[in-house]
Amino acid sequence: MQLKPLARSLAAALSIVVIAGCSSTGGTQDGDSYGSQDGSTTGSSTSGTGTGSQYGSSTGSGSGASQQADSRIPEVRTIYFDYDRDTIKNEYESVVMAHARYLRANPNAQVVLHGHTDERGTREYNMALGERRANAVARFLNIQGVSSSQMSVVSYGEERPAVNGQGESAYAQNRRVVFNY
Amino acid sequence: MQSLSKVWLFCALLLVSSLASANNLTIEITRGSDQALPIGVVPFAGSDGMPEDVAQIVQDDLERSGYFDPLARSDMFEQPSQSNDVQFGTWRSLDVRYLVVGRAEQTEGGFELQFELMDISGQRRMVGETVTVRGNDLRGAAHYISDQIFEEITDIRGAFSTKIAYVTAQGVADNMQFGLYVADADGRRSEQVLTSDQPIMSPAWSPDGGKLAYVSFESGRPAIYIQNVATGQRVQATSFEGINGAPTWSPDGRRIAMSLSKDGQPEIYIMDIGSRSLERITNNNSIDTEPAWAPDGQRLLFTSDRSGGPQLYQYSLSGGEAERLTFTGNYNARGRYSPDGEQIFLIHRSSRGYQVARQDLSGDRLVVLSESTRDESPSVAPNGTMVIFATQQGGNGVLSAVSADGRSSFRLPSAQGDVRDPAWSPFLN
Repeated sequence: MQLKPLARSLAAALSIVVIAGCSSTGGTQDGDSYGSQDGSTTGSSTSGTGTGSQYGSSTGSGSGASQQADSRIPEVRTIYFDYDRDTIKNEYESVVMAHARYLRANPNAQVVLHGHTDERGTREYNMALGERRANAVARFLNIQGVSSSQMSVVSYGEERPAVNGQGESAYAQNRRVVFNY
Repeated sequence: MQSLSKVWLFCALLLVSSLASANNLTIEITRGSDQALPIGVVPFAGSDGMPEDVAQIVQDDLERSGYFDPLARSDMFEQPSQSNDVQFGTWRSLDVRYLVVGRAEQTEGGFELQFELMDISGQRRMVGETVTVRGNDLRGAAHYISDQIFEEITDIRGAFSTKIAYVTAQGVADNMQFGLYVADADGRRSEQVLTSDQPIMSPAWSPDGGKLAYVSFESGRPAIYIQNVATGQRVQATSFEGINGAPTWSPDGRRIAMSLSKDGQPEIYIMDIGSRSLERITNNNSIDTEPAWAPDGQRLLFTSDRSGGPQLYQYSLSGGEAERLTFTGNYNARGRYSPDGEQIFLIHRSSRGYQVARQDLSGDRLVVLSESTRDESPSVAPNGTMVIFATQQGGNGVLSAVSADGRSSFRLPSAQGDVRDPAWSPFLN
């Protein structure tokens, strides 16, 4: 049953490739690596040309260009959190907004929000913290007009770190919510 | 039947492979108690060439408990094998207070072991027994002997014949392998219970030691399963939306307390295993998780962040409000009762990190027990003498244990990836 929206978005993605050659949004974010947060924020602000004026307003798709952008899944699919926090940081709001636009524009698209924590603290409590982060993103998307039926949440707690190792740089890359389509 | 024999074949293969290489956890004593009793465990006569060194297993068991400080074999001038041959003066001069002597003999169906425990200062035989071993289970027999010696001297039931369940993990992010294992309490004879490329968490023993409840993400979401350890047969107990976590059995084995977030926030529920009916215990806007059942079956301990950060609370099943138990520091979680129900063991965030701590229920003084600082998942031995937990060593997850009084500790490092989430079994015999 997941196939239909998947096929749709595949088709959409393919058609985009044709147009992408002339679009400034295409391609630049490929190979985004963990921790290159600067890259991801600039990347997402590109895809959200004109977002500044759209903040808070419920209509996200103004121009033809952004409609094209909204027909493909945003490429930045991970946002990071501060220790013990579930607040979406300002620098990632544009990422979440891009996903909101995509989900609004594609009502058949489904996203699973995976919440993660760093390894510190107890496992089951971290499971709850990971869920809290994913729920915070779901609430944000909901406020942006995304239907609850398009979203689900799975917390992995500290069970699936993005990187192994101790220290703040590893921890920072593990405290995250990932958009899975 | 066929699948059963497959399971046995599988177990046999696993045993062979673990003998050959490295699934086992090996013990390192990290801290010895200064109050440990000096004891000599003389190599058993006739045990040369046998598949296991029974006296060595007994000696290691006793040392690991923290209650004993065994004499090195190289310091033994004599190696008597029965009480009549023991020269008390010899052992007194070595400052040994107790001595274990014994003999081993191969029989038609297995082995026969005889051991005797001597009180050196009292110059008397305390206890002795002939142990019949069927098949190759010399390790099991050795742990049995350790249990007898430990109880005779300390008046505390030995827990050497128990098991530990634990989880292994290798890899990172979307490319990981998880395993659920059961091993002897000394880390040896590990057997695989489950493997998955999705997370496995929070194994919990049924009070009869026959089953494990655990969390598995194999369906892409967390669900609680109950598995018969001997047969491998299992059922899915829950698969609600959201978190299905932290299962723990009631002492009567009929109910499982767990944390479910199906109604929004993680809340504590009790499931009746027979009917699958659910009773909701907590109801608020905060995280409630990591329940533990008091040995009397009347109280639940759990972690809640209702005060702003995680703290431990106790809820009486006869009703009333949950009572906050921990007030030291701003992070106290994953509590477990001692077998007498009078103390709790927990993870406490100190200025040094996350450590295993103990607190009496009669007061609110908290005592840090461990020296490591990335500790998780404390689980108490059924006789209350040791707490096993997960920690980090050299970037790897390892199991470690500390005595309930904090005086002695040991580590069970593994050759294979991270080891975590230990659960100490109840008494099995």
